[in-house]
This record gives sequence, C-alpha cells and structure tokens, in this order.
Amino acid sequence: MLLRIVTPSSSLCNAVLRLPQSISGQRFTRVQRQTGVLAVQNARLYVSQAAEAVLEKPAVGSDAVAKVDEKAVSVESKSFAMNMFKGKISTSQVFPFPSVLNEDQSQFLRELVGPCEKFFEEVNDPAKNDVLEKVEDHTLEGLKEMGAFGLQVPADLGGVGLINTQYARLVEIVGMHDLGVGITLGAHQSIGFKGILLFGNQQQKVKYLPKLASGETMAAYCLTEPTSGSDAASIRTNAVPSPCGKYYILNGSKIWISNGGLAEIFTVFAKTPVQDKRTGEVKEKITAFIVERSFGGVTSGPPEKKMGIKASNTAEVYFENVHVPAECVLGELGGGFKVAMNILNNGRFGMAAALSGTMKGVLTKAVDHAANRTQFGHKIHTFGSIQEKIARMAMLQYVTESMAYMISGNMDSGATDFQIEAAISKIFASEAAWTVADECIQIMGGMGFMKEPGVERVMRDLRIFRIFEGTNDILRLFVALNGFQNAGNQLKSLQKALKNPIGNASLLAGEITKRAKRKAGMDSGLTLQGAIHPDLGHSGELTVKAIEQFGVVIEEQLLKHGKKIIDEQFVLKRVADIAIDLYAMVVVLSRASRALSQGQASAQHEKMLCETWCIQAHDRIMQEIKFLKSGTSKQVFKNLRAISSAVVENGGMVNPNPLGF
Amino acid sequence: MTARVLVGVKRVIDYAVKIRVKPDNTGVVTDGVKHSMNPFCEIAVEEAVRLKEKKLVQEVVAVSCGPQQVQETIRTALAMGADRGIHVEVSGKDYDSLGPLQVSKILAALAKKEEASLIILGKQAIDDDCNQTGQMTAALLDWPQGTFASELVIEGDKVKVVREIDGGLETIKLNMPVVVTADLRLNTPRYATLPNIMKAKKKKIANMKPGDLGVDMTSRVEVLRVDEPPQRQAGVKVESVEDLVSKLKEAGRI
Repeated sequence: MLLRIVTPSSSLCNAVLRLPQSISGQRFTRVQRQTGVLAVQNARLYVSQAAEAVLEKPAVGSDAVAKVDEKAVSVESKSFAMNMFKGKISTSQVFPFPSVLNEDQSQFLRELVGPCEKFFEEVNDPAKNDVLEKVEDHTLEGLKEMGAFGLQVPADLGGVGLINTQYARLVEIVGMHDLGVGITLGAHQSIGFKGILLFGNQQQKVKYLPKLASGETMAAYCLTEPTSGSDAASIRTNAVPSPCGKYYILNGSKIWISNGGLAEIFTVFAKTPVQDKRTGEVKEKITAFIVERSFGGVTSGPPEKKMGIKASNTAEVYFENVHVPAECVLGELGGGFKVAMNILNNGRFGMAAALSGTMKGVLTKAVDHAANRTQFGHKIHTFGSIQEKIARMAMLQYVTESMAYMISGNMDSGATDFQIEAAISKIFASEAAWTVADECIQIMGGMGFMKEPGVERVMRDLRIFRIFEGTNDILRLFVALNGFQNAGNQLKSLQKALKNPIGNASLLAGEITKRAKRKAGMDSGLTLQGAIHPDLGHSGELTVKAIEQFGVVIEEQLLKHGKKIIDEQFVLKRVADIAIDLYAMVVVLSRASRALSQGQASAQHEKMLCETWCIQAHDRIMQEIKFLKSGTSKQVFKNLRAISSAVVENGGMVNPNPLGF
Repeated sequence: MTARVLVGVKRVIDYAVKIRVKPDNTGVVTDGVKHSMNPFCEIAVEEAVRLKEKKLVQEVVAVSCGPQQVQETIRTALAMGADRGIHVEVSGKDYDSLGPLQVSKILAALAKKEEASLIILGKQAIDDDCNQTGQMTAALLDWPQGTFASELVIEGDKVKVVREIDGGLETIKLNMPVVVTADLRLNTPRYATLPNIMKAKKKKIANMKPGDLGVDMTSRVEVLRVDEPPQRQAGVKVESVEDLVSKLKEAGRI
C-alpha cells in the first residue's frame, strides 16, 4: 500500500463532466477530457479513481450507493460534509454522536482491549523492530495467535468478526505503540485482503479468508507501478485471457508494496480486454485479481530502505507469465477501479483511529516531561508557551479521535456516502499526528531528539501517512471537487427551475430569500439548536455562520470558474482546508454535546476543547473566505504560479547569494 | 484422573494504575479506574489450564466474588482456558467489607458443592496483600495446603509441591484434595487471545449468592481509615564523614 506514485488523472477531470454544463455553457467532450486539463503530479492512482468513482460510479459500498449523476440532484445525501458545500446543514449523520455498539458488542470489545494493550506493552518492542527493520518473529507469531490478522473477518471464517467501531478501538492501541506493526497489520487486512471481504464471492471467501485471518498467509495490495501512480489508466500490468478461457496470463511489476516480500496472497490490479456489451467494442479496463504466490512466476525484491515504518516490509513485486485462474477475478471484470477505490475508502477511518492512538501516546510522554522537568525554578508545564502546546496537542487528539469514531459509527449504521468525511479524517489525522509528535519533541527539547524516548521514531513513522493511501494534496482536491460537484448539481437544478419560474415559484422564492439574507448577513434560518447541547450555543452559532459563508463562497467560485474550477488548485486547496475545519467543528460539537448531555465526568473539559477549537477554526475559516473573495488572492495565486515556474525553469533558486557569489 | 479444579480469580485495580485515596479516607478510588485480574490469580489459572491440557484434570472452574464487573475477570479466565465460571454475587456493603475469611467460606462451600479435588489460588492479591485466603480455605475444609508453590506435580492421588520459602525451596507431598497457592515463578501466564475470548463467550457462568451457599458474610474487621503512604522527606547533605557519623548517632541509627 505504500507509496504508489501517481500521475495526472483524467479521472479528476471527470469532475468537470458532472459540473453543470449550463453554468459554463460549453460542452465538454471526451476528447477534451483526454487532453488532460489537470496535471496533478504525485497524486495516487486510486485517489483519482476515487474521484472518478464518486463522480461517475457508485462510490462507497459495493452497490448500495446512490448514483451521483444528473438524477442525483433530487437524491439528497445525508452526508454532513456533502451538504455543507451547499451551505446546508444535514444533522442526521453527525447528531447525536453515533453510538452503534450494542451491549454485547461493547462487552466483547471491553474484553478484547485488555489483552491487546497488554500484548503491546509487554511483548512488542517497537525500538527493536525499528532497528531490525522487521517485526520480531515471536511478536509476529504472537500477533497471529492473538487473532490480530483477521479482526474483521467473520467469525465463521476464522476471524474475530469486528464491526468498524470495534476495529477502530483496537487499532488505536496498535497506533499508540508501534506504527510499523500497524502497517504490517493494515497492509494485510485493511487493504491486502479487504477486497475479498468486500467484493469476493462465497467460494473466494471460504478459500482464502480462514488462512488469512489466522495469519497462516499474509496479504498485500498491488496497484502502483514504476510509471503509474494517480493515473490508473496507465498501468501496464496486464492480464490476457487464455484461449481456453480458463485462466489469465498476468505480466507486469508493482512497486512499493507493503508486505510485498512476505505476502502469499496479492490483490493485483491489471489491464484486461473487456468487451462492451452494447457496442461490442473491446476496451482495456482494469480488473482486480486474487493472485497466489504459489501460482508460479510471482517474485519479490529485497526489502526497501525507508525513513520510517521500517518494521514493515516494503518491496517490489514482479509477475511473469503468471497463470491466474479465471475464478480469481475479484469483483466484476473491468470493475477494478471500483474495487481499488472502495478498499481504500473503507479503510481510511482506521488510519484516523490508529493515529489518534499515536497522539495519545506521544502526548503522555510530553506531559510526563513537562510535569517533571524544572527550569528557572519551576516545572516547565507552568509556562505559557508549554501550556499552549499541550492544549493544542490535546485539541488535535480530541478532534481526530472524534472523527475516527464518528465515521466508523456512520459506516456501521449503514451510511454509504462517507467518502468526503473519510478523506478529511485521513488528511486531518496524518497532519495532526505530525504536529503533535513535533511539538512533543519540542517540549522535551534535546531529550526529544534522542533515540531513547522513542518519539523520533514515531516522527519518522508518521511522515508516510501524509503521503500514502492518497497524498493529502490529492485528497484535498478530492474533497473540494466532490463538494463542488454536489453544489454544482444544486445550482444546475436551480437554473432548470429558472426556465420555468412559475411552476417552481416556491422553490425560487425560497432560494432568492436565502441568498438575500446571506448577503445582508442576516439569519438565514440555519441552526444547530436542538442538535447541540445548550451550553455550546456559542460554538454552534460560529459553526452555522461558517457554514453559511462557506456555501456562499462555493457558489461564487462555481459561478466564477464554472467547470474550470478543477484547474484552480490554489482555490481548491483552500476550499478543502475550510471543509476540513468545518467538519472538525461539527464533530467536536457533537461529541462535547454528548458528554454534556450524559453528564460525563470530563464534560466541562470537553466543552473547553470544543469551544476553543470552534473559536479558532471559525476565525481561520472567515479569514480564508475573505481572502478567496478578495482581489489579493488572485494576485497571490498569480505570484505563486510565477515564482514556481521561474524556479523550476532555473532548476533551483533564481536569485544569487546576497554576497553576489 | 482428578476430576475438578477450582480456581479463584480476583478483580483488582490494575498493577500499572497509580492508586489514589478517596478524599474521605474510607478507601481508594475505584470508579473509572482500570481493573484486571490479580496477577497471582492469572498464574493460578494458567497452572490449572496446563493440568487440563496434560489431561491430568477434567474440568477447570473459575470462581470470583464481587459485583457484576467481576464477570469480566471470569471471562478472562475462560478465555485463558477455564471451562466454566461461577460468579458469587457480592455487592454494596458486603463487598466493601469482603475479606479473606468471607471468600474462604465461599470457596470452601463451593469446593464441597462442586466436589473439587484441587483448589488453586494466587498466594495473595495485589490490592490488600492479605495472603490469607488459601490458608483459611484449607483450614475451613480441613485439607492440606501447599502455599507459595513454584512447582506443582500431580502424582496419582498425591500432589508434589515445591514451595518458595525463606532461604530456599521446600518440597512437600500432599494427599488430595488439597489447596495450593501460586507464587510468581510457578509459570508464565498466557495472553487471552481474541479468538479464545470469542469462544469464551459461549462458556457458561453460573450466578449465585453467598446465601445460596449458606455463607454468613459478616465481617469482623472494621476499616478505620485509609491513608496515602507518607511522602518521602528530602535528605540532607553532609560535609564530611565526621558529620555523617554524628548525624547517624543523633538519629540513633548507630
């Protein structure tokens, strides 16, 4: 799963196809699309796939998703994130904070937590794993016995049968102790064989899952190739059907595959010729395959040398004339995009959960140091600059943890349109964890820089989380484009309504009043009252205001750029930043409200975390919106573009040294 | 083959938790505090399960006395390999004053009821450090006892126990039925694995009250107050050996 590098993506451009044509007034042809407006370098294949899938195909869950196409205008998404782009508030998925475990599930989870924590405290040695650049053998064996390799495999197939929320709680423990082990486990079950779990037929499940769950065989997810990252359409690995039709002949090579050197079972994405049922035309399309090392012709390279998560194995995997039986096709022939994307989309919450554990662990170390270290005659935690760090670390952890369980809860209650939320949680978690680890080292000073306390290892391990499973840069585009597309559909239906103003009088009247009120800064009628705890009224108001203004700015940008919004990455990035802050606000509002309503012991503390977060997020959002609306932004973006091209053209800094030589 | 082993498992505050005394000095804070199985009880369960795996006993029954939450502790024992559990429900005031004597009476009654031929207990619990339950149970049953065991071997209807005593090891041979208490070096307990925890869900836990066993729960011990250990006082630096000697003499140490 590690580092599949990515390229420009035609699929991101597909976003355009779904944006209201009527706004720009131009037809966007397939030819234009192929010319590739967007040059998104270093993105990852499936991210763009994800964009495409969201825009063209059912996005999440194998088949349950409402299709987001022209018809979708009338299909209301319940996703909070989706709606906020329209300046709307949809509370059903975010309020009250999900509580999905029944008594039995909760009791079972309670029993699992203890032994897991104990195992990681007493058996696993993260420092040693890091030095050895592998998970110690006895630890790996122990993890297999523990059942850690099949957490979400159904119990009747030898797994532990956990739902997402239960899984989140356990990976939080893994993330707290050892991210290298986390990736070994995650590459195996969160992506390695997740495809079999989500898309496999009964025979495939029965054949593979028991051995995978026990850890007898390990799995890996193989997508990235040397010349293909984001641009999935460009993968060269291909699978040609044999004349007898009984098997496929697979050829190609994959790089940066986590568990690539250890795995026996591979989920491989390859090009296959697929005949269009209607036109009879044969096209190359991506198909997912289950490939066993034992098929022959499967080899792997030596373990890669890496900056972090060294304990996990990363290797190249080669397929040379591998005979893959036809029954090893995973999902539909030619449906590999959907498989690849769904696997990742379904796993993102796990990263947020693991990293909230990492942050908890790191924060404890920082606090321990701050509470015991004396300088200038005082414990350093009494100094404002340290207090600010600790408070911010606590807020970041609170937000991340809340996102992880909000999303896992949504998924467990059957939500299917959580792709924006899942992407936000991955971006937020990986950046928050990086900041928290960085500040922990800062609080610990020279001590933090030393190997012994183990925070430098966490820092190294964390770096990859902003890169893999969709770089944060690409995911930001994904978040923004998803939102724009949805908002665009709404605008489009409005424009349709305008053509028949009499028949749609009430709709139009409502929209006109809404806009007039927003413009005048009046109460637009949006409210979170009733959803949030009364004590958090102020935070609620700030959130509502931010959502109103966000809706306005989205509409403005859409009207301004039309379908060309996909080219405006400077804008898209900022829109995504606002979306992330907004979602974070509502998530902590929900969690703190629950704490207050239930009278939890930590309720007042959580109220403070929530209020502080909301005040500052609101300020950031308003500032960003003001910037986007202003003429300055245009100038700044122009400058940034120019500076970059000059530096690139020059192969480095343009200006000479101030000394002149 | 020995038919049945009874193992006592106690739910205690986890060893890694920093203990805090309640402000009114009536006890320690237990609300919201992590609890787990007393480590010596884990060793006892492990030993019983190993005997079962060696087919030297037929059934391992885990017993715990306390409120609803002790079922979690029993579940852990079941996940480690015990066959079934017995939860003797003790709550409220009775639980506050629950001590070795009351537990011994319960265990003795259960041993008779279940026709156990071996009782394995931890040598002591890490919360009250009483180190009395095993001895009292043996006395109430009038069974022999092998305390502080670092080795336990069943030889026919006899049990060989190697005891950790001051200055070395003592090997004794006892007639069954017998009470054995586990010391630290008896074995290294296994981890309850997730699949075994799942399987344990299907195992039965019987529920009963002390009254059902005819046990009188009145306690003869009254806790007057509970205090934190005194804070360690800062030391003093002395200039010379003479100073040190005179200070020690002053303090009456030499």
